[in-house]
Amino acid sequence: MTALSTAARAASGVGNLKTMFQKVWEQHEVVAETPDTPAVLYVDRHLIHEVTSPQAFTVLRERGLTVRRPERTLATIDHSSPTRSDQIFGGVPIAIESAAKQIAQLQKNCAEFGVELLDLKSDQRGIVHIIGPELGFTLPGQTIVCGDSHTSTHGAFGALAFGIGTTEVGQVLATQCLLQRRPRTFAINVHGALSPGVTAKDLILSIIGEIGIGGGTGYVLEYRGAVMRSLSMEERMTVCNMSIEGGARAGMIAPDETTYSYLRMRPRAPKGASWERALAHWRSLASDPGAKFDREITLDGGRFEPMITYGTNPGMVMAVSGSIPERRDDPVFDKALAYMGLTAGAPIGGQPVNVVFIGSCTNGRLSDLRSAAQLLRGHHIARGVRALVVPGSQQVKQAAEAEGLDRIFIDAGAEWRESGCSMCIGMNGDTVASGEYSISTSNRNFEGRQGPGARTLLASPLTAAASAVRGRVTDPRDFING
Amino acid sequence: MQPIQQIRSRTVVLPFTNIDTDQIIPARFLRTTTRAGLGKQLFADWRYSTDGAIKPEFALNRPEAAGCAVLVAGHNFGCGSSREHAPWALLDYGFRAVISTAIADIFRSNSLKNGLLPIEVDAPTGQWLLEHPGAEVTIDLQTTTLRLPDGTAVEFPVERFARYCLLNGTDELGFLISTEREISTYEQALRP
Ligand code: SF4
Repeated sequence: MTALSTAARAASGVGNLKTMFQKVWEQHEVVAETPDTPAVLYVDRHLIHEVTSPQAFTVLRERGLTVRRPERTLATIDHSSPTRSDQIFGGVPIAIESAAKQIAQLQKNCAEFGVELLDLKSDQRGIVHIIGPELGFTLPGQTIVCGDSHTSTHGAFGALAFGIGTTEVGQVLATQCLLQRRPRTFAINVHGALSPGVTAKDLILSIIGEIGIGGGTGYVLEYRGAVMRSLSMEERMTVCNMSIEGGARAGMIAPDETTYSYLRMRPRAPKGASWERALAHWRSLASDPGAKFDREITLDGGRFEPMITYGTNPGMVMAVSGSIPERRDDPVFDKALAYMGLTAGAPIGGQPVNVVFIGSCTNGRLSDLRSAAQLLRGHHIARGVRALVVPGSQQVKQAAEAEGLDRIFIDAGAEWRESGCSMCIGMNGDTVASGEYSISTSNRNFEGRQGPGARTLLASPLTAAASAVRGRVTDPRDFING
Repeated sequence: MQPIQQIRSRTVVLPFTNIDTDQIIPARFLRTTTRAGLGKQLFADWRYSTDGAIKPEFALNRPEAAGCAVLVAGHNFGCGSSREHAPWALLDYGFRAVISTAIADIFRSNSLKNGLLPIEVDAPTGQWLLEHPGAEVTIDLQTTTLRLPDGTAVEFPVERFARYCLLNGTDELGFLISTEREISTYEQALRP
C-alpha cells in the first residue's frame, strides 16, 4: 500500500502538472504522509446526522474532549426522521421510539458541544447532502466529510468530499483532522451529448454499469468531458452522489461558471471581497491540461439510454428498453434474480410495480421533482400503485410548493411528504413490503434496503414517473415522444 | 481497542460476492445510540426468517460455526453504506478477521479502527478458502501472513500505520491529538 501511494504520487503529477484532486489534497495536508504514517488532512466542513454520530460524542465525553472547531460542523436530522407533517409540526409523537431517542440524543449532543443543529422544525433541515450545497456550506476546493457514504455528492463543486465512519466522526470533532492515505486518481471522460429522456441518473448508472461496483475502489474519480460541462449543478450532484456505487469514495467535477452562479447568492457562501478572493482560488482548481491520472476511460454520452437496475447491486443495470442479461453458472447472479423474482432473458419493460419512490440525496432536488411532475401532469398513477414523493429538504419542498408541483403530485394520486431519507433506507418506517416491486430514484438496490424482502429497481425520476402512470416499468421516451 | 498479534481459528464461509453493509447489519438496527449488542443482528435477514425463527441452513447458524473468529467471504466484501455498525456487529459476534479477494474501502478503514482485521488475498487462495469452510487458519499480524492448514503461508497487505496501531492497541485519536502544534499552525495560515 505504501509503495502504491508513492507510485500514485509519481503518476498523478507529471512535472508540475497536477490533477484537481492533487491540488485540493496538498492544500489540506497538515502533515504529509510518510511510509510509516498516513497524512494528517485538514477538514474544512463536517456534516453530521443522528445515525452515525452518537457513539462519536460518547468517545468525546469518555475522554473529556471538546469539539475543536464547532463552526465547521453542521448537524441535521434526516435518516430516521418522520416524513409525516403531524409528527414534525403537529405535536404527534414520533412513531418509532428508537428513532425519537436517536433524534433526542443528537439534540442533546449538539447543545452540549456547541454544534449548530438544523433541527426537526427548521426550514433549512433536509438530507445532509442536499442542504450542504443549497446553503452554500459546500464550496469548491474544500475537504468535506460526513458519516455517510454519499458525501461524494459534494464533489460536484470541485470539493474533495468523502464518507467516513463513526470513529472518524469523533476524530474530526476533536481535532478537525483525519488520517488518510492518498488515493489514486481515475478520470472518466464522457463526450458528446445526452439524448432526450436520458438524465444524469441514467448517465451515472451507465458509468457504474461500465466500470462495475468495485471499479472505482481505491480511486478518486474525476468526471470530465462535454457532457459533464453541460450538466446543471443539481445534475452534477446526481452523478457525484453515486461515485460510491462504483466503489470510489469520492468523485469530483471541476468548478466552472455553472458552479459559481449556483453558489453566488447562497446564504453561507462568501460575500463581497471574500467572494472575489474565493473565486480567484476556485478558478485555479481544475486539473492542469496534460496532468496524468492513474486510470482513465472515455465514453460516448450520445449512446446512453434510460437505465434501470434489475438485480441486488447498482452494477446490475440495463437499458429500460432492453432484456435482462443471461449468465451461465453464476450462482451469485442466480441468487440476485431469485431475490428479485425476475427472469434472465425477459424484457424489463412491462414488469408490474407496486411502489414508486421519488426522492433521496440522488434525486430529491427541485429539478428532479420538476421532471417527474412534468411527466405526471394531467395523468393519474395506475390503480394499486402507491407513489411517495419526498423532497430532499424543506427548502426544496417550499420551492416545489411555490411552483405548484405538490398539487400535480397529489392530483396524480401520489403522497407528498416532509423531507428526509425516507424510503431510500426505510429507517423511519417508510418501507416497501416483502416481495413488492419498488421503482425508486434512490441509489441502492441491496437486498432489504427498502424493507425486508423489498425488491428495488433504481431509475431516474422520469422513468419512475412514467412507470407510476402505467403501473409497469416504462421507458419515459414513450411519453416524451408523444 | 484490543491489540491483535495472532488469530488462530476455523473459518466460516459466506460464498457470495458483493456482500454489502446492508446485509451485514440492516438499516433498521441502526437506530441505536451505543455500540453494544449489535452481534445479535449481524446478517439478521439471512440468519432469521421474518418471524424471527433461526434459519438452520445459514452458515452462521450451523453448529460448526460456533467459536469461529475468521469470516471468509466472496469478492468485494463490505461495499455500500459507510456504517461503522458493520464492523461493530462482526466484532460483537466474535469475529476478529475477515478474508476476501477484495474488501471495500470504507469498510476496511472502519474495521482497522476497531480491531477487526480485513485481509485481502489473491484469487487462488480466496477460491481455496471459499471451497473449504471450517479450515483451520493462523493469521500472524507481526509477519502479515496467513497460514493455511497445509502449511502454505500467504502474505497479505496491511497499511503500515494501521498495523502498528493494531499490534499495540494504539488508537488514531491519540496520534492526531499529538499533532496539535501542526494543526494550530495550519489553522493560523488559513485565509479568514
Ligand atoms: S437519502 Fe439515502 S443514500 Fe442519501 S443520505 Fe439518506 S439514506 Fe443515505
